[in-house]
Amino acid sequence: MSKKSLHKRNDSLSKAEKQLEVLSSGIFANGELPTFREKIATSNQHPLRTKKLEILQLNLGYMCNQVCEHCHVDAGPDRKEIMTKETMEYCLEVIRDAGVHTLDLTGGAPEMNPNFRWFVEEVSKLGISDFIVRSNLTIIKANKKYHDLPHFFKKHNVHVVSSMPHWTKGKTDKQRGDGVFDTSIQVLEELNAIGYGMPDSSLRLDLVYNPSGAFLPGDQRAMESEFKKSLLSDFNIQFHNLFAITNLPISRFLDYLLVSDNYEDYMYTLVDAYNPAAVANVMCRNTLSVSWDGWLYDCDFNQMLELKVNSKVKHIKDYNEEVLAARAIVVSQHCYGCTAGAGSSCQGSVSQKT
Amino acid sequence: MSKTYYNPDDLRKFKNITDWSEELGEKFFDYYGKVFEEGALTAREKSLIALAVSHVVKCPYCIDAYTKDGLQKGITKEEMMEAVHVGAAIESGATLVHGVQMMNKYEKLSM
Repeated sequence: MSKKSLHKRNDSLSKAEKQLEVLSSGIFANGELPTFREKIATSNQHPLRTKKLEILQLNLGYMCNQVCEHCHVDAGPDRKEIMTKETMEYCLEVIRDAGVHTLDLTGGAPEMNPNFRWFVEEVSKLGISDFIVRSNLTIIKANKKYHDLPHFFKKHNVHVVSSMPHWTKGKTDKQRGDGVFDTSIQVLEELNAIGYGMPDSSLRLDLVYNPSGAFLPGDQRAMESEFKKSLLSDFNIQFHNLFAITNLPISRFLDYLLVSDNYEDYMYTLVDAYNPAAVANVMCRNTLSVSWDGWLYDCDFNQMLELKVNSKVKHIKDYNEEVLAARAIVVSQHCYGCTAGAGSSCQGSVSQKT
Repeated sequence: MSKTYYNPDDLRKFKNITDWSEELGEKFFDYYGKVFEEGALTAREKSLIALAVSHVVKCPYCIDAYTKDGLQKGITKEEMMEAVHVGAAIESGATLVHGVQMMNKYEKLSM
């Protein structure tokens, strides 16, 4: 596993333009597979429209202490993009005015943003009903200054969502780096010890599973039951829900698919598993993603592909709910990742399989 | 022109068998789908059985399909290999148990 991001390696695939070219050529250009736009048109779902905005997802920066093989953000210690306090203030204004019920902080490792704690404190004053921080867990052990984060999260009633690709060490470390599994287990123990993830606890601890390879996640409920059984019996660890998330063919996961000669099969798998019922509930319809520099996107994946919202309002400082609500969602072939099987979103499956 | 009998791309064309015999093809796929639903056995258990049988019937398409299916269900490589050994043990046992027939015949023909 490379310790450097595609960006740092100057890899051509670090450019959004190159990724979009890959996703629009070959099997999608020669008609072997329908483009996403063509596919949703067959069920009269094109153009894809927004529903009421419910979730605001803020990417606080691409810096991360890990360099995961599948990362769609191409995050890593060498990434310097970090949300400024000024942009955070614009976000706070929107959170106050827009009435979103879920605020979702992601990255990179959002905790590495120098203004992270200030921002969490400000947000917690606003009474958001579900305030999520996506933590990779190992950041808490990466440096002394992060050691007290579990208590900080508890103080602000933060809903912790953590990645965990498997309940075994081998699979986890292969995807996320050596030692990640053991450190994650330690941090989960700490979170459990202060009440996170315990049955009936209001301190929410959910895990995110993404497949460690070129295959789709299995049934979310069945996976959750396996995770719960194994983590409890092997480590006495408890958590609330498991979100099974499909890897989208962008950035480092796209690189992996191409290098391992799995790209075409994976795209066939996604297209074969296309579920029109999942389209109705895809997260881009009720979510807005804000990049570290304040630009607006339909989702975090479009952010990485630099596909800004199709609206006159494109930046958080110009936020206008009415104007944004009228937009059509920007789609490309990566969107098949969110409509395969039971569907996929940052909150896991979006529908039951048909 | 490929000179091999098996082409991995043919797996995704499996559904095309219905083109030449719609009723039988559809009945087969309905049955197939039903078999693999959760029942008295979990979908996970069925996937492991299918993987073992795939090896015994030496079907490369089935091996590809049920290795991928196992990964999707979170089945570990140790579990998959044990399942293959179960298939191999039954298959080799089926060969070896015929040794009794050989022994019977040998004894019958010998003075």
